[in-house]
Amino acid sequence: MARKTFLDWPVLRQLRGADPTGRGTAVTSARTRSTAPRTAQADGVTESICPYCAVGCSQRIFHQDGRVIQIEGNPSSPVSRGRLCPKGAASEQLANSYLRQTKVRYRRPYGTEWEDLDLEVAMDMIADRFIQARRDHWEDEDEHGHPLRRTMGIASLGGATIDNEENYLIKKFFTAAGAIQMENQARI
Amino acid sequence: MQDFANADLIVIEGSNMAEAHPVAFQWVIEARKRGARVIHVDPRFTRTSANADRHIPIRTGTDIVLLGGVIRHVLENELYFKEYVQAYTNASTLISEEYGDPEDLDGLFSGYDPETGTYDDSTWAYAGDPEQIARGLPERDETLQHPRTVFQILRRHYARYTPQMVQDTCGISPEDFEYLATSIAENSGRERTTMFAYALGWTQHQGGAQMIRTSGILQLLMGNVGRPGGGIMALRGHATIQGSTDIPTLYHILPGYLPMPKAGQDDFAEYTRGIGKKEQKGFWANADVYAINLLKAWWGEHASAENDWGFHNLPRLTGAHGTYQTLMRMLEGDVDGYFLFGQNPAVGSANGRMQRLGLSNLKWMVVRDFYMIESATFWKDGPEVESGELSPEQIGTEMFFLPAANHTEKAGSFTQTQRMVQWRDKAVEPPGDARSDLEFMYDLGRRVLAKLADSTDPRDRPLLDLTWDYPVDEHGDPDAEAVLAEINGRHIAGEKAGQPLASFGEMKDDGTTIGGCWIYSGVYADGVNRARKRTPGQEQDETAADWGWAWPANRRILYNRASADPEGRPWSERKKWVWWDEESGTWTGKDVPDFPATKRPDDPGDPSKGGAAALAGTDAFIMQADGRGWLFAPTGMVDGPMPTHYESPESNIRNPLYAQQSNPTRVTFRDEDNLSSPGAMGAGGEVYPYVFTTYRITEHHTAGGMSRFLPYLSELQPEMYCEVSPELAEEIGLEPYGWATIISARNAIEAKVLVTERMTPLRVGERTVHQIGLPFHWGRGSEAVVQGDGANDLIGMNLDANTQIQNSKNNSCTIIPGRRPRGAGRAELVEAYRRRAGLIPELHPQVDGADGAPGAGPVTEGTPHPMRGPEEASAVPTGEPSMKEMRNR
Repeated sequence: MARKTFLDWPVLRQLRGADPTGRGTAVTSARTRSTAPRTAQADGVTESICPYCAVGCSQRIFHQDGRVIQIEGNPSSPVSRGRLCPKGAASEQLANSYLRQTKVRYRRPYGTEWEDLDLEVAMDMIADRFIQARRDHWEDEDEHGHPLRRTMGIASLGGATIDNEENYLIKKFFTAAGAIQMENQARI
Repeated sequence: MQDFANADLIVIEGSNMAEAHPVAFQWVIEARKRGARVIHVDPRFTRTSANADRHIPIRTGTDIVLLGGVIRHVLENELYFKEYVQAYTNASTLISEEYGDPEDLDGLFSGYDPETGTYDDSTWAYAGDPEQIARGLPERDETLQHPRTVFQILRRHYARYTPQMVQDTCGISPEDFEYLATSIAENSGRERTTMFAYALGWTQHQGGAQMIRTSGILQLLMGNVGRPGGGIMALRGHATIQGSTDIPTLYHILPGYLPMPKAGQDDFAEYTRGIGKKEQKGFWANADVYAINLLKAWWGEHASAENDWGFHNLPRLTGAHGTYQTLMRMLEGDVDGYFLFGQNPAVGSANGRMQRLGLSNLKWMVVRDFYMIESATFWKDGPEVESGELSPEQIGTEMFFLPAANHTEKAGSFTQTQRMVQWRDKAVEPPGDARSDLEFMYDLGRRVLAKLADSTDPRDRPLLDLTWDYPVDEHGDPDAEAVLAEINGRHIAGEKAGQPLASFGEMKDDGTTIGGCWIYSGVYADGVNRARKRTPGQEQDETAADWGWAWPANRRILYNRASADPEGRPWSERKKWVWWDEESGTWTGKDVPDFPATKRPDDPGDPSKGGAAALAGTDAFIMQADGRGWLFAPTGMVDGPMPTHYESPESNIRNPLYAQQSNPTRVTFRDEDNLSSPGAMGAGGEVYPYVFTTYRITEHHTAGGMSRFLPYLSELQPEMYCEVSPELAEEIGLEPYGWATIISARNAIEAKVLVTERMTPLRVGERTVHQIGLPFHWGRGSEAVVQGDGANDLIGMNLDANTQIQNSKNNSCTIIPGRRPRGAGRAELVEAYRRRAGLIPELHPQVDGADGAPGAGPVTEGTPHPMRGPEEASAVPTGEPSMKEMRNR
């Protein structure tokens, strides 16, 4: 840091410079001047939409080294005009909270603790259980002989914070499988 | 959203918009800056009230009386918008001679069957020749004088909804009522418009759908539908809760609001005719086309005219299969596997205890989330484990927790509350094992298909024939745009083969086009992802048509033909939106016209053709079978063609209007954990003398899965609390910032006490009604940053018969100072109060605790979880056959 001189006294800076009211550059410290917003170092900015309520505020996602480093409101949006509420403004933590889970966890029936499980193995186990439950609770027809071709052994709930494309695939596959008990926050 | 700024009056009722939708509220503030008036009707004074011209506190659940009172006011004083009402609504339509009104039947409409608790709606039908009615041409009396016109029926129906009745029911003074009614009357008509905004404060009632209908009737009478600054804004609560209704993960509908077929609906033509008849007016006449395109999208070459496009592949419903019906089946041990896609029912669904017991009774469960939510950990740290009632060693549910990718880690679209689809780009890769739900579902589907590949079982045919092939990236994540393209649809034959559909108008009934969701057709027109349109707002006019894409066809205001007068001229310069341009022979304006583009205002319509061709030039309501806005709904509602007031299931007030106390079609489940207070219908009702209502706060989201795990938000709102008035605090002896225990017939929870004048005790008849506010974001587990008792543990499963949504906003409780007991003491406390109220299941076989309530009698013994009430969630506004003969499950 450069040595302070008489002219660096804040009151003199204020009188000399372009900040006569002393609310801007005249009162910043050398340390403040040396800082830059972390968004300045971002590798890129991606346009997105806030995942909380249904207003649909636009977000700018700043990322660096494959991690989200900051999320801000997008002034271009005609809906939100750059604003975010406390939840939207906190959504960087949604990605980076220390409580974020990144590994598959498994709890066996009557188990007392979580265990590790390989993702591939987990997916295969779920597929097996899906097929089994589907068969075990299959209903071909009702008591009048009307076709039902459905299974009552599988149900799902969610999600109103997942994508249209995701809901579409869930609806499509579950329906083809005959699993009618599909529900969503939209009925809660 | 921006359209709020065009309103002259905004009535926010059943919503705390400033805190639940803060960023959208800037448009309400904008409207106020332009001179608009804002009125907030809500049990609580909130930041929304603080920014309104007036806050009108209301007794929760009485909105139909308040707005019915306004309907009476505008009818009796001739303040409604006459030209609009005559041209665009069904006011002049004659109703069947057999129709009987609750005014004559002491609270019931004609057609009620007390055995089943359901209505046969045939007596609510339009009068006239059935063939003409089918063509949308019922008998009418344009003078509105005939006693059987909708107009006169409406008048009689609301005649007793006087200011005095409003005061005696809602606890609202005649002065406040006058202010509301006059404000609406003065801010409607050619020059001015009123907008309503609501949220779960209407939806989450038994009878909630009818509350919204009341506002719809009023807005039609005042000519505020289809016009700028008008309409009813549903403020929905989740990023794509609109999208997940349009492209539903709901049991009762298929994409685009096509109903799921029911048992016995085996004829495809009959099924589509039940949705929309070819000869009826408007765009539901093409229901068969939409259904064919969906089936063709799903079953590709295996769907053909010869096999009814694979219609037999669809599973059939036999009643309601909603989330609460499914829970009851879990408790009976009939559900093996459960998938949660970003949901936390252990905290967020009504009757938390039963929810957790249901989860404990599964064979296996897949939780896809970012964090260890309470629905993933109930088996080790749920309240029932804390109390000693259950232990992990007793819970057999096999748990798979699969970490999910968040909104920055995948591309895809959300549909926001005003039907606008917006695309998100992917910023980063998901960490570790985290994957998108798109990848999860696609991968699971491929694994299941691979395992079944050699199956010859006909049950597996619909899976094996399913189109299930999407391009993936190097990580195996499917291309979301390819899925959006399928939703949009494309030509598969002819010279345009391979090209995306430009709109649903291009859909064919001959198998040459496919489309997964007809109302979204056009979002991918010309192969351009229009949800990704991002022309900055600053570079556009107020409609901002080049930001995102709103279904259908990028229209921002629905039914906007009504923004012009019958001759096609704007009602006023000030409220110009869409109008007829004689020179070009088309509709034009500031929005995409919601009307056949070249149909002249004086076109009489061609009844011989049906569909869009049958619409007259003044039939602004193009989705209705008669082209009119429905003041009276002959079909589509299971509990009456017009809203009428009933008390909530646990109300301590006798219905001031009818002997019929609560909604006769109410849906409930008999279970010792789902008892209701008898309310005014039994002596024990006074054991639960207070009303509690639940709500959202700014810093948290739903069941806390996306907020209580974030340090910032947890720090801002760390603790569960209850809001009570100074008068109630005094009555009970509650200390500010101390603890209180709230006890309902279902459970007991504890909360910090917030004594505040924001809660107003209301004088209703001889009684002072105290209402308690409870945010619903907290739950008990061990993983979240902050925890607390869950308000939903107090709420019973009493459902609206139209929507199967629970009554969260109006339940009874008592409140005592101090914390609740730990361990088994909690259940003992709940039981002690139940006994005092006479709620002893074995002694009281009544259906829902409402001793003496008219309606269905005691249920038969022997069935563990009988349900009463209709089992239908209606989907489309026209002619859907009823399911009332069908069983629950």
